[in-house]
Amino acid sequence: MPQITINGVLHAIDADPDTPLLWVLRDHAALTGTKYGCGIGQCGACTVHLDGQPVRACQTRLGDVGTAPVATIEGVTGRVADAVQAAWRTLDVVQCGYCQSGQIMSAIGLLSRNARPSDADIDGAMDGNICRCGTYQRIRAAIHEAASRLA
Amino acid sequence: MLTIRRPNQPPAAPRPNRRGFLAGAGAIVVAFRLEAGPARAAGLEPAGIAPQPNAFVRIGADDTVTVVIKHLDMGQGNTTGLATILADELGADWSRVRTAFAPADAKLYANLLMGPIQGTGGSTAVANSWVQLRKAGAAAREMLVAAAAFQWKVPVAEITVAEGVVRHAPSNRQARFGELAASAATLPVPAEPRLKDPSEWRLIGQKVPRLDSVAKTDGSAVYALDIRRPGQVTAVIARPPRFGGTVKGFDGAQARKVPGVLDVVQVPSGVAVIARDTWSAMQGRKALTVEWDESAAETRSSEAILAEYRERAKAPGLTASTRGDPGAALKGAAKVIEAEFTFPYLAHAAMEPLNATIERAEDGGYDVHAGFQFQTVEQATMAAVLGVTPDRVRLHTHWAGGSFGRRATPTADYAAETAAVFKATGEKAPVHLVWTREDDMTGGYYRPSVLHRVRAGIDAKGAVVGWDHVMVGKSIMIGSPFEAMIVKNGIDATTVEGASDTPYALPAYRFGVHNGREGVPVLWWRSVGHSHTAHVMEVMIDDLAHAAGADPVAYRLALLTNAPRLAGVLRRAADEAGWGGAQAKGSGLGVAVHESFGSYVAMVAQVSVGQGHVKVERIVAAVDVGVAVNPDVIRAQVEGAVGFALSSVLRNRITLKDGQVQEANFDAYEPTRMSEMPRVEVHIVPSTAAPTGIGEPGVPVLAPAIANAVFAASGQRLRSLPLDLSGLKGA
Repeated sequence: MPQITINGVLHAIDADPDTPLLWVLRDHAALTGTKYGCGIGQCGACTVHLDGQPVRACQTRLGDVGTAPVATIEGVTGRVADAVQAAWRTLDVVQCGYCQSGQIMSAIGLLSRNARPSDADIDGAMDGNICRCGTYQRIRAAIHEAASRLA
Repeated sequence: MLTIRRPNQPPAAPRPNRRGFLAGAGAIVVAFRLEAGPARAAGLEPAGIAPQPNAFVRIGADDTVTVVIKHLDMGQGNTTGLATILADELGADWSRVRTAFAPADAKLYANLLMGPIQGTGGSTAVANSWVQLRKAGAAAREMLVAAAAFQWKVPVAEITVAEGVVRHAPSNRQARFGELAASAATLPVPAEPRLKDPSEWRLIGQKVPRLDSVAKTDGSAVYALDIRRPGQVTAVIARPPRFGGTVKGFDGAQARKVPGVLDVVQVPSGVAVIARDTWSAMQGRKALTVEWDESAAETRSSEAILAEYRERAKAPGLTASTRGDPGAALKGAAKVIEAEFTFPYLAHAAMEPLNATIERAEDGGYDVHAGFQFQTVEQATMAAVLGVTPDRVRLHTHWAGGSFGRRATPTADYAAETAAVFKATGEKAPVHLVWTREDDMTGGYYRPSVLHRVRAGIDAKGAVVGWDHVMVGKSIMIGSPFEAMIVKNGIDATTVEGASDTPYALPAYRFGVHNGREGVPVLWWRSVGHSHTAHVMEVMIDDLAHAAGADPVAYRLALLTNAPRLAGVLRRAADEAGWGGAQAKGSGLGVAVHESFGSYVAMVAQVSVGQGHVKVERIVAAVDVGVAVNPDVIRAQVEGAVGFALSSVLRNRITLKDGQVQEANFDAYEPTRMSEMPRVEVHIVPSTAAPTGIGEPGVPVLAPAIANAVFAASGQRLRSLPLDLSGLKGA
């Protein structure tokens, strides 16, 4: 039975190694903060961190996770994560909120490798995350806000 | 969507509000325990909660104020808005305010603009609740004051309430809400509590933090797709590839061999594969063989349907509105513009696909979890499938990951399916029905595809003399349970709204309509009829302004002398956008203004145009929604309307080829992305009118503002949506 580490906890998963990490998280580990939006890597709603890097959980096979730690919206921690979540709340970014776990995980990934992203950097890092409610203006502002909090 | 009475025409608002309120509040007067029924059913009632003053507010011994939300919040922020209204009247401390979604109960929680139906749509949540929730908050406040006055033996008039504290200044006494709630609840509910003067408002009109921001940024917000009941199984359904198809036969043997698959059952809409988890159910469906009966299915392509529309538009159709003699007027016109506009089917494509979870409770009733948008209809439909009375089906409404109209269908489609699967599996394990993205996008219930043909003429001075307008499109209401209420003489008000009732002073005007007959299920899509009518009206008016050699803003204002609120937002948007200023080569400004659902919105779009390419740089919007309950939520809704609708202006379309939908996922039907999002500025025009909605009204004006800006930048007139940029030559 494959074993993977999610949010610092080792889980034994009774599922086929081909099962996407998305459904492992949602249906086997009961971590439903990671969302299903498209299943084909087009929307980013399922973005999690694998070894600290943002990945699409719907395109990541259980069998390929190995010993790399998985972090989800429920477990992501640290200075950057705190700043991003605080900025999202200060600016009231969310509408339906369904995509925002993925948006936040992508934003944390961006700010972890680029402390002062330009608008073009934000476009590059965030274009894979669809928000059907159209909250992009506030997402952009919140990323800048988080960057200034971290400076 | 469904609007039976318009918020700006509230003839019956005060009476039903009062009756509705008293019906809800009456329970406490007789015995407040009656109130516990719906509360407990919805899981709202924390242990040890104090008795409650009415159906909309629960005050805990811990001082929390829980506002009961009778609507679905699919992102439009109505939980924050509705709680603001009640909390302000109550004098609550915003940091102690919580919300809980109401159970299905049309007696207590009907949408007062929809008649006897609990439902969300037509941008009515705040509008229909405004008086109701102010009265509920004021009544609870007066009960707390009365309780304090009794305890302290002081006159009621000397007591003040603010920030969750009841105070008697002369004797320097005070008590928190939680300390008074139990005794307050034993008092009579005031029938006509005093409502605060606007000068006393502390929350309404201010920026208050959204109540859902924290839960939606740490993964803890529960959407229906996140419901996990003990022992639940997951179902996906194989549905016919063409609308109108049915199951002829199926072979589930291979599907049953897929690990995790538990069962394969036929239901009215197709064949359901039941598995222990979602992924296994999806794999099982791939292994399923179904033979379809397509003898009654729609097999045409969308082009063929449009071609039929084009033929029908040559005849005048049913008259939706008329004045003067446009035919004669156009014969005498100095200049006539004739134009055709086509609009595709559009999917709502909410991020959370349709889903619901059902289980049997110990008392034999059913508990169902979903993003319910039309509770009365969904409850009755599921009860009919299950063969029980509606009160045996308890609805639990959860945060919805978008809807844009899709979660409310007259057929309660996905709710009925969920009940059908549960029944077909013997009502054993809880069933979690999941639509995949592909199911959601190819499943119909689209914004109708429509065609408009307009002939409009001006005289030698540029004044409009006649306007002859014909549209063809499938009615949402004909054939639905709402037909009798909404459709008059064959004309569906939700098809023609925004054009047949144009506010422009057109001296000779006719709007004719042909109802489409194709077998494609259609539905309200964020702003309903306005999603196409506003575009046609605003692009045509722009055409006429240019033909008259007039400024498009001034030309509109001259035709809106009887529509001061429209004129007001138009002037404000134009001023804020720097209308009339010089534009760089390849850049242009376009304007549009429109009323929908009692709210008034103008937008100025700034675009830059290149070879086969348009970039929307900036949107300046002005809105008049009456009293602005939550200004920041209003701004968010308009910003979001731009992001939501932009992809339908630039590229989105659902197409049928031989009856089969060609777009199944976000690769082929791509919503707006971050890099495409223009800067959006939203200006709120101050008003003391009763508040109206803003979930939808930002949408209708975006497309015409952009199309008009493209014309200003390039001289090329693109009318149909999505804009065909292939021939755009740039500046």
